[in-house]
Amino acid sequence: MQPTLHFDQATDGMMRIHLSGDWTLENILPSAYDVKKQVEGVPQVRLLTFDTKDLQKWDSGLLIFLSKLMEICTEGGITLQKEGLPQGAQRLLSLASAVPERKGARREAVRISLLDRVGDSAIAFWRTNLEMVAFIGEAATALMRLFVGKAQFRSSDLFLTIQECGAQALPIVSLISILVGLILAFIGAIQLKIFGAQIYVASLVGIGMVRALAAIMTGIIMAGRTGAAFAAQLGTMQVNEEIDALQTLGVSPMEFLVLPRMLALFLMMPLLSLYADLMGILGGLIIGVSMLDLNFMEYYNKTIESVRLNDLWLGLFSAAVFGVLVALAGCLRGMQCGRSASAVGEATTSAVVTGIVSIVVAMAVITVVANVLNI
Amino acid sequence: MLLREGIENKEPHIVVQDLTMAYGDFLIQRDLTFTVNKGDIFIIMGGSGCGKSTLLRHLIGLQRPVKGKVLYGQGVSFWDAEPEERDHMMRSFGVLYQSGALWSSLTLGENVALPLQLYSKLSPSQVRDVVSLKLSLVGLTGFEDYYPSEISGGMKKRAGLARAMAFDPDILFFDEPSAGLDPISAHLLDELILELRESLGATVVVVTHELASIFAIGNNSVFLDADTKTMVAAGDPKKLLAESKDPKVIEFLTRGEGRSKRE
Repeated sequence: MQPTLHFDQATDGMMRIHLSGDWTLENILPSAYDVKKQVEGVPQVRLLTFDTKDLQKWDSGLLIFLSKLMEICTEGGITLQKEGLPQGAQRLLSLASAVPERKGARREAVRISLLDRVGDSAIAFWRTNLEMVAFIGEAATALMRLFVGKAQFRSSDLFLTIQECGAQALPIVSLISILVGLILAFIGAIQLKIFGAQIYVASLVGIGMVRALAAIMTGIIMAGRTGAAFAAQLGTMQVNEEIDALQTLGVSPMEFLVLPRMLALFLMMPLLSLYADLMGILGGLIIGVSMLDLNFMEYYNKTIESVRLNDLWLGLFSAAVFGVLVALAGCLRGMQCGRSASAVGEATTSAVVTGIVSIVVAMAVITVVANVLNI
Repeated sequence: MLLREGIENKEPHIVVQDLTMAYGDFLIQRDLTFTVNKGDIFIIMGGSGCGKSTLLRHLIGLQRPVKGKVLYGQGVSFWDAEPEERDHMMRSFGVLYQSGALWSSLTLGENVALPLQLYSKLSPSQVRDVVSLKLSLVGLTGFEDYYPSEISGGMKKRAGLARAMAFDPDILFFDEPSAGLDPISAHLLDELILELRESLGATVVVVTHELASIFAIGNNSVFLDADTKTMVAAGDPKKLLAESKDPKVIEFLTRGEGRSKRE
């Protein structure tokens, strides 16, 4: 039944409102402003009463109508007599108005000027950098304590992390490295074939992988895989106050949580990178043998001939540096995490971005320095 | 979905028949049989780890029973119903989780509005009206734009309650409503539960081991035992305190002091 609203003729400053039908949210309900218009037509109305004997079903829709009506009545100095309303509605209305709105609770949209925003961002940027430097400093101190044998952490944590970011990363590293080797060989093959120099595909893939690409690709995989996991783990620990609990026990979270993760990645990254070297070369070999009609030994000998030991050392060194960077980025963002679910998400995103950016920057620096030093 | 008032006749609202709950091979509780009547404030009680919250998860359809049935209203079995009907039934439940379980990336207003936006045909202005009504019912008038991280634990629970009431539910479920609240806030929340039951006419199911709450609001209950892995008593908690012969029930309801000492 449609909800309806009609009024008795006002007598002695009193007006009775008849509510009938189903006053539920599914129906289109009359507005409290209809009552306002009606009341304004009769200036002497000072009291509103209700007749609800024809009211069928009702829900929050009726309550919304009534609470708006109450506001209108308060503004106009009209008394609203709730007695005619259903018992439940009367109680709910009193409940809704029981706690008055706290002063200043409602928020107003504040417009911040461009200059303020630029200033805020600059200060925030400066502060983040300071925090980062402080974090690196603390990590270095923790490392020093490790060397003098005073660092507190559980060796089982270290081994577990080594397993997680070492052995368990092998499948994804294999897949990506083989594919990178394949792609590199494929692109090189098309060009080199023009000069009949397809044997140099072995040099291209070998040097490319061993010197730089294996380390970079492994670093990026680890940033997405392990760096993100570190940030999420430490961030969730921050949310659950687990890090606070460590601190109150006098255990340094830097030593207990960050150090094993940093060590694990520092140790595992060069090994993974070495493995990626082999897988990349294997990828190149597949193209060399299947598309360029080179034979296996030919490809093997050319690779051995062109890759120098220095290339390998440089690749492994870069990998170790990337390991430390990824671990630092993951742990830094995890430790800085706020105390909510969305903060953990932000920390994880930020860890991956920081990890990848620092890998690329570090690679650029290493390349320039290696060039200058003629390595 | 509709508000009803003054339900006096004892009509069954939730009927639990022979319910057995387990996680894989690990048995939680077996052979639970009890009835929650319309308008009851039904308490699920028992010591820590006896499966109270698991029972609640079964009652709100988050977990499937290993054996037995949970029937609602006119004897509709939740897990035998069609998926659409199941969704519809779930929306007639309001659930307040232990921590409030507010979505932290949404404001309080958005938290209450989300179920309405997803499952009702209300216009944005109607949704706004319902949101401010529900927040004012739990004493949070004007807090629409706050994020959960900016308010206290008690306020979070009340905001969670406002969200649970978004659809004018028939049954309200509370998981440890007073956990983590100071005695005054816990008492106020009990009062609010009572008031809402009176005015909404809804059935209320509460998981708690807070004795003060149990006696203040409960008129029916079930007592789960962790050792025998089944229910050992059911009924009005005040009557259980006075009449139960089961030593575990007496120990629980008198905080281990025994009935004679308490009297």
